[in-house]
Amino acid sequence: MLTLDNLLPGHSGKIAKVQEVGQEDVVSRRLKELGFIPGAVVKILAVGPFGRDPIALRVGASRFALRRSEARRVTMESQDAPSNGLDEKESAAL
Amino acid sequence: MSSALPASSPSARRVALVGNPNSGKTSLFNQLTGSRQKVANYAGVTVERKEGRVTLPDGSHVRLLDLPGAYSLQATSPDEAITRDVCLGQHAKEARPELIICVVSASNLRLHLRFLLELMQIGCPIIVALNMMDEARRQNFDIDIAGLEAALGVRIIPTVSLRKSGVSALRNALAAPPETPPARDAAPIYAQVDALMSQYTNESVAGDNQLTDRIDRVVLHPVWGMALLFIVLLVMFQSVFTLAQPAMDFLENAFSRLGAAVVTPLPDGALHSLLQNGVIAGAGSVAVFLPQILVLFFWIIVLEESGYLPRAAFMLDRLMASAGLSGRSFIPLLSSFACAIPGIMAARTVQHPRDRIVTIMIAPLMTCSARLPIYALLIAAFIPRHIYFGFIGLQGLVLFGLYALAILSGIIAARVLTRGAAAEEHILMLELPPYRWPNPRAVLIGLLQRARIFLTRVGTVIVSLNVLLWALSCFPPPPVHATQPAISYSLAGKIGHWMLPVFAPIGFNWQICVSLIPGLAAREVAVSALATVYALNATEDTAATVLGPLLSAQWSLATALSLLAWYVYAPQCFSTLAVMRRETNSLKIVARTALSLFALAYIASLLTYHMTRFLGGA
Repeated sequence: MLTLDNLLPGHSGKIAKVQEVGQEDVVSRRLKELGFIPGAVVKILAVGPFGRDPIALRVGASRFALRRSEARRVTMESQDAPSNGLDEKESAAL
Repeated sequence: MSSALPASSPSARRVALVGNPNSGKTSLFNQLTGSRQKVANYAGVTVERKEGRVTLPDGSHVRLLDLPGAYSLQATSPDEAITRDVCLGQHAKEARPELIICVVSASNLRLHLRFLLELMQIGCPIIVALNMMDEARRQNFDIDIAGLEAALGVRIIPTVSLRKSGVSALRNALAAPPETPPARDAAPIYAQVDALMSQYTNESVAGDNQLTDRIDRVVLHPVWGMALLFIVLLVMFQSVFTLAQPAMDFLENAFSRLGAAVVTPLPDGALHSLLQNGVIAGAGSVAVFLPQILVLFFWIIVLEESGYLPRAAFMLDRLMASAGLSGRSFIPLLSSFACAIPGIMAARTVQHPRDRIVTIMIAPLMTCSARLPIYALLIAAFIPRHIYFGFIGLQGLVLFGLYALAILSGIIAARVLTRGAAAEEHILMLELPPYRWPNPRAVLIGLLQRARIFLTRVGTVIVSLNVLLWALSCFPPPPVHATQPAISYSLAGKIGHWMLPVFAPIGFNWQICVSLIPGLAAREVAVSALATVYALNATEDTAATVLGPLLSAQWSLATALSLLAWYVYAPQCFSTLAVMRRETNSLKIVARTALSLFALAYIASLLTYHMTRFLGGA
């Protein structure tokens, strides 16, 4: 199963699902509130200099930094390699 | 607390400013209220409460409450809980607002629209400030404002928080009677957002903020980003010392001249001494930190406003996680090496409440510059000038060791404080806003606010404590035929003797005990206090050269090392404790920190003293 933390820098993908861990998962609820919802396109912008953690990404027009443990909750449909430097519009239109 | 009082008559209408973080809410608040703002903490929590007065076109006023930024009414932090409670009218001390201005960033509409729709469900009249229209235009992002207004049933006022036009339109809208938005349909909020976005915006063709992406390619780069961060921090802390130094010297001079001018006409005596040594020197010892605080906060505000600070937190998050903290704690801790006061104040940038408290509690362990005079005096007097391998000096090595010991202790303390139940999963979820030019007005207002908070609250505490310390070291006055320095007859001298049973086991004599007392007001004073006790009439500069040999003749090496160990941990100066009290709103945290530092200092000194004696350094 492909999760958000497996996505490579520069690559993007479409969210399939945000999983809940435990009874009342504040993290997954907040992820949904921040726009991590099925169908949304996420692009990995950078990974942290130590242990590739946290992850900087863009979802919609917002950029966030997530720790890998948080990103693991987000299941992806697929991963798309960057086509070129100007792939933003294409991935937004997906 | 007087500053918690409303800014105008209680009958004025209560309006709350609500919005996502990074929606430009604070700039808008500054534009609407100018400098007519009052800042306080909410009772019992460290969340800031900001209220200001807005003058409407007809000359009347409304009270504008700036609520903490929130992503949702399903609160995940104390900040968000305040916003939720106030909006829902559930807050114990805060009346429900009569009108909400919801700030929505046009450049991040999808995210912010979701929160607006959530807010519209609570049945409170709402005006929408559609902010950052300039940014949206640059990204060719079009919004059909009239259409959106009709669809939502609320007034939407486009604003650019840097410019006046939208702000006056907002003022006009505030004068109109508030309208409650119509009830929304029951469709899930995200479906509604999707429908609104596709109908009233050109989101799908909109270009992204490519400039931000381009900058981020460097700033978030594992190598270039780290190099840049290093340079930013270097410049920041260099300027804290170099830019602030002339201003600090000036203030110090000004205070001593003021002291001279005020007291010279007075006859020698208690009043003379009270004014000069108690009040003016006390106020001066606080005020000299102001330039450093302002320079540091200038950087912090500029870096925050420009969007860089969250990126710095991103780069350092993993490193700080090893101490149980997050990247956000780095800057406050680093700035504590200059002085713990601005460091603790800078901990405001740490959003996670537990991290913020832990950051504040370990900030005093980061060796502040005020301890350097003591380190310098004792190292010069007791540590031989051995050189190893031709370039490693023993004295420098000891100084380095003292810093390393402090940092290591800070890491361990952070680990201990964040262990167990407190170590529950840590949410980072940090928004990385687009880069922006900092708004000069916002920077200025922020600096004025910091200056005001610092001078009023902390200043009053320090001056009264200084007067107390002054009284302790002056009364009772020495007998007529006194043979010893005045301080040994004073209450402070007596207290020094009373303290002896506690401190004798760690090798301190009564003179050191006395010097610990004024050292509580300001670390630097400890050296001159030692000089006073040893009856040297010397300024601080010469004290080190004259006092050094005297001490090395009178103290054992064990005592000197013990005192060094003491100052690595020493319970903080009163200014720090006072700021800690202000920033945490909790005497318990202050007491806990002070007591643990005291215990650490005592144990470290005890070990140092007895180990040195055991190893033959008696």
